[in-house]
Amino acid sequence: MSGFIFSEKQEKEVARIIAKYPFKKSAMLPLLTLVQRDERVVSPDAMVAISKKLDCSPAYVQSVMSFYTMYHTEKVGKYMILFCINISCQLNGCDKLLEHTAKKLGIKVGETTGDEKFTLHREECLADCTRAPMMRVNDTYYGDLTEQRIDQVLDSLD
Amino acid sequence: MTQILFKNINAKDLHTLKVYEEQGGYQSLKKAFARKPEEIIEMVKASGLRGRGGAGFPAGLKWSFLAKNVFPRYLCCNADESEPGTCKDRELLLKNPHMLIEGMILCSYACQIETGYIYMRGEFHDLSFIMDKALEEAHAKGYLGKNILGSGFNLDIHTHLGAGAYICGEESALLNSLEGGRGEPRMKPPFPAVEGLYAKPTVINNVETLCVVPYIVNEGAEKYAALGTEKSKGTKLVSVSGHVKKPGNYEVVLGTPTREIIYDLAGGIRDGNKLKAFIPGGSSTPMLPADKVDVGYDYEAIAEAGSMLGSGALIVIDDSVNIVETTLRLISFYMHESCGKCTPCREGTRWLYQIVERIMQNKGQLEYIDKLEDICGNMAMKTFCPLADACVSPVVSSIKHFRSDYEEYFKKIPVSSV
Repeated sequence: MSGFIFSEKQEKEVARIIAKYPFKKSAMLPLLTLVQRDERVVSPDAMVAISKKLDCSPAYVQSVMSFYTMYHTEKVGKYMILFCINISCQLNGCDKLLEHTAKKLGIKVGETTGDEKFTLHREECLADCTRAPMMRVNDTYYGDLTEQRIDQVLDSLD
Repeated sequence: MTQILFKNINAKDLHTLKVYEEQGGYQSLKKAFARKPEEIIEMVKASGLRGRGGAGFPAGLKWSFLAKNVFPRYLCCNADESEPGTCKDRELLLKNPHMLIEGMILCSYACQIETGYIYMRGEFHDLSFIMDKALEEAHAKGYLGKNILGSGFNLDIHTHLGAGAYICGEESALLNSLEGGRGEPRMKPPFPAVEGLYAKPTVINNVETLCVVPYIVNEGAEKYAALGTEKSKGTKLVSVSGHVKKPGNYEVVLGTPTREIIYDLAGGIRDGNKLKAFIPGGSSTPMLPADKVDVGYDYEAIAEAGSMLGSGALIVIDDSVNIVETTLRLISFYMHESCGKCTPCREGTRWLYQIVERIMQNKGQLEYIDKLEDICGNMAMKTFCPLADACVSPVVSSIKHFRSDYEEYFKKIPVSSV
């Protein structure tokens, strides 16, 4: 028995997603994304639930999931901060800003704050290089970062 | 300056169907439907349009390679933009989604495809909402769906999100990912044109490539082919980033001197520093020293100068930087993104990282440079996909042009062991 059950709303979304493809296994990443966004984690039980939707083994789901960096086996914060450290951002001083952000949040890179509000990850290029240094907080891109701008953005989130 | 892709890019609400149509959007469909599909392929061939994702393969030729009389066929738009330094597709997707849809309709008609997917990197979730809305609008207007504009041609397009893996920009890895698997590259041949998505003939093109097609159908192949150099036709979006005063995406006619892009369009080097190096086409392309800055920005001239045009990401580095630091950051990226399938890439990227890191801790010896070159020689062209080659390129080019930057570390006292 799986301890994870898709909600009614999620079921509708699952059906809509699966209908996009001639083979339902193609819905793998979108379903994992759906769960990750709603639950902030993909639990082993959720993997079982997805495997049933796609007629494959839970082990296969886990194998695919482990390939991609955007799925998490431990719950992440309400706000996921992806801080770009690749070349264009490096040239524009991102390392110091990342340090500043970690210090402000009182965590190390890769960790989640005690109140589960923020998770801070070092991230490879996010394709916004002309506004470097930049970060992504959930779905929103923030470019031309400075310490003040980072403080302003993080303080504005509740 | 000729602007094709960025002509109206900052027009207010261009992402809506209404404004896009006011700017002349979707006019190409009727023109295309009045011709036979193969005529459209011939037009694209004649235009000289080459793939804008990195490899620069002629688009029309790619379309003509589809296995004959095998259906269904699929179109995959590669919107996995992840090459460090590249952010041009993001701007197109954000501001002009209908241009891509129009291009995809034309490509699908030409190749007799009835299903298309836009594979976007997972971090572009925000853009997928914009694209889904645009697809809905196009569908409601009859540009997608059954019997488009009474032509008898049917097409559906769906968005599909990845989940954080650079390698999925490689076309065969993209297909595996879209099929619901790990994004590991496939052995080629068979090429996607013969056995692609679900083992059916598949066209895979970059966002920018497909966005050019409406112009070619509207204005004619000759007009497009009149732009650029003998073998590099048309315009290219260039993402200029790094130490310039005005970083940004710029559309230039192929063959424009790189100096003009850096100094005129992007305002030159900031903080009173001097240009030291530039990476012409994204992190996978070899870096070039400042004295090559007059190279024409086109496929052939950059190749002759020892690099590649790649995805068109021009990364500008000034003389305040030791190139070894930049190189280590790029190796770190490829080490992280190696899918692990091929041993030379999985192990080689890590070895390169460890050796360069040791050099930066002043624990290196001169022989380390030979060792780096030796490892690079055992990685390049020895794997399923070009990720290993991409990692090799900053290492080999930095040693070639900036050996003294490495040597600086050998003169210093070792940093105490970490």
